[in-house]
Amino acid sequence: MAIVINGTNYPLPDDPRVSLLDFLRERLGLTGTKLGCNQGGCGACTVILDGTRVLSCLTLAVQADGRDVLTIEGLASDQSGLHPLQQAFIDHDGLQCGYCTPGQICSAVAMIGELRRGDPSYVTADLVEGPKGGLRQEIRERMSGNLCRCGAHNGIVAAIEQMLNGEAP
Amino acid sequence: MRSFDYRRAADRTEALSIAGEGRARYLGGGTNLVDLMRQNIEAPAALVDVSRLPDSIEETPTGGLIIGAAVSNSVVAVHPAVRTQYPMLSRALLAGASAQIRNMATIGGNILQRTRCAYFYDVAGSRCNKREPGAGCDAIDGHNRYHAIFGASERCIATHPSDMCVALAALDATVHLLGPGGEREVRLLDFHRLPGEHPEIETVLRPGELITAIELDPSAAAANSRYRKVRDRSSYAFALVSVAAGLEVVGGRIEDVRIALGGVAAKPWRAVRAEGLLRGQAPTRARFLEAADAELAAAKSFHGNAFKVELAKRTVAAVLGELTGADA
Ligand SMILES: Cc1cc2nc3c(=O)[nH]c(=O)nc-3n(C[C@H](O)[C@H](O)[C@H](O)COP(=O)(O)OP(=O)(O)OC[C@H]3O[C@@H](n4cnc5c(N)ncnc54)[C@H](O)[C@@H]3O)c2cc1C
Ligand code: SF4
Ligand code: FES
Ligand code: FES
Repeated sequence: MAIVINGTNYPLPDDPRVSLLDFLRERLGLTGTKLGCNQGGCGACTVILDGTRVLSCLTLAVQADGRDVLTIEGLASDQSGLHPLQQAFIDHDGLQCGYCTPGQICSAVAMIGELRRGDPSYVTADLVEGPKGGLRQEIRERMSGNLCRCGAHNGIVAAIEQMLNGEAP
Repeated sequence: MRSFDYRRAADRTEALSIAGEGRARYLGGGTNLVDLMRQNIEAPAALVDVSRLPDSIEETPTGGLIIGAAVSNSVVAVHPAVRTQYPMLSRALLAGASAQIRNMATIGGNILQRTRCAYFYDVAGSRCNKREPGAGCDAIDGHNRYHAIFGASERCIATHPSDMCVALAALDATVHLLGPGGEREVRLLDFHRLPGEHPEIETVLRPGELITAIELDPSAAAANSRYRKVRDRSSYAFALVSVAAGLEVVGGRIEDVRIALGGVAAKPWRAVRAEGLLRGQAPTRARFLEAADAELAAAKSFHGNAFKVELAKRTVAAVLGELTGADA
């Protein structure tokens, strides 16, 4: 059993009780992914599994056997050092203490894919047409699984909006 | 968390044979079961992972849909046929949890998710008949804002937290099961049990039985349907009250109407009485309120959740109003 994390192959833990979050942080030293509530309530542990955002605290590492995991450490391209969304977070003060930030950014990267694909959300007026307009409201609804105790939400929404509008450097 | 064996099943037959009739449990996305195991509320000896069974969404010969139990909540929510023919199901799914959780959660696991009653979760400090039969129920005299107004018993007043199941109840979906004794079908409306003397027995699922799919029948009311969820914050919170409704109006009269309520009972609550009063009537706001009133007349609230009665009435009338274009 093996798992690919940010492009590198790793053997899975023998003990099935180990969560993907603990595996990343405690066994591999990839501490960018954060431990918040450990019960699905905060989104700090969000990673991208085979292209979709999931919570690593409620995923058993063995469940991810054979899958591809992308964490905040694997997001930046080699040349610039920062993913454009990371830059947008800096530009818009999308963080204060920074604890929720890796989860916010992983979540938002996958969310942008969902939005561009035309997936509706609970606030989308016409399910068949998909999201049209009301971008801020769409972003807020789609990012509601990532809490920020510092209240940096306005900056977070602005950063994602910049990224979606292609204004990111 | 207690230690357990983990096996992944390649197909249904293998899932059943690994699980046997023993103490193994099926694992979907794990978003409920892993949490409950970590809290030591559940301690299965083995998990059989059924989240990668080759399930899909197919059209049935009668123009309905059959949705495999391992399909994720997100995939069902955005499927074109669900969006056009069963919009209340799409919206109910999109109203549940968060995008991350919906990506992980399976249809089978959603149906079998357990109550969010805070005393059920408080292993160290609270009495709960569901967790420990005979221990007592701390919710009855405690914090019961989120609890039931229909079908509760002296043993348990918890609600079923699923949004999806409310839409499935209104759609009269069929649950397909495969067990050691073979296949069978159960209406979703008959799948969850009211607490009675045994709140620890929550469904009619038999030992070792696997949910394989849900099936939906097409109808004009299903295609003209909505879901509204009322909660303490506007997203990522469980329902105080929710309403799934579908309506077909022919020649100014209600031909078909489906109404189900969430957040009010240990199972999704089909508003049979309100539906009966509305069939054949003109779709007006006065009629909607009257029907909702009649349905809620049988409600029995507790000190913390009396507000749900009025909230449910108004939400039913509002959703039906939206479906007819009548302002509500
Ligand atoms: C923070 C948080 C917020 C949430 N908010 C909401 C909400 O607002 N609305 C809502 O509806 N839900 C909400 N949920 C619950 C979520 O929808 C459920 O946890 C999820 O649907 C369960 O699906 P799963 O596949 O992860 O199930 P699992 O956790 O894998 O399993 C749940 C149960 O189903 C059994 N099981 C799974 N698949 C099968 C099968 N095929 N056959 C037989 N048994 C099976 C398991 O043995 C287990 O008993 C929330 C959850 C969290 C953690
Ligand atoms: S309401 Fe039910 S789940 Fe909650 S404490 Fe009482 S018995 Fe337990
Ligand atoms: S740590 Fe996973 S959701 Fe909070
Ligand atoms: S920046 Fe502190 S929790 Fe979000």
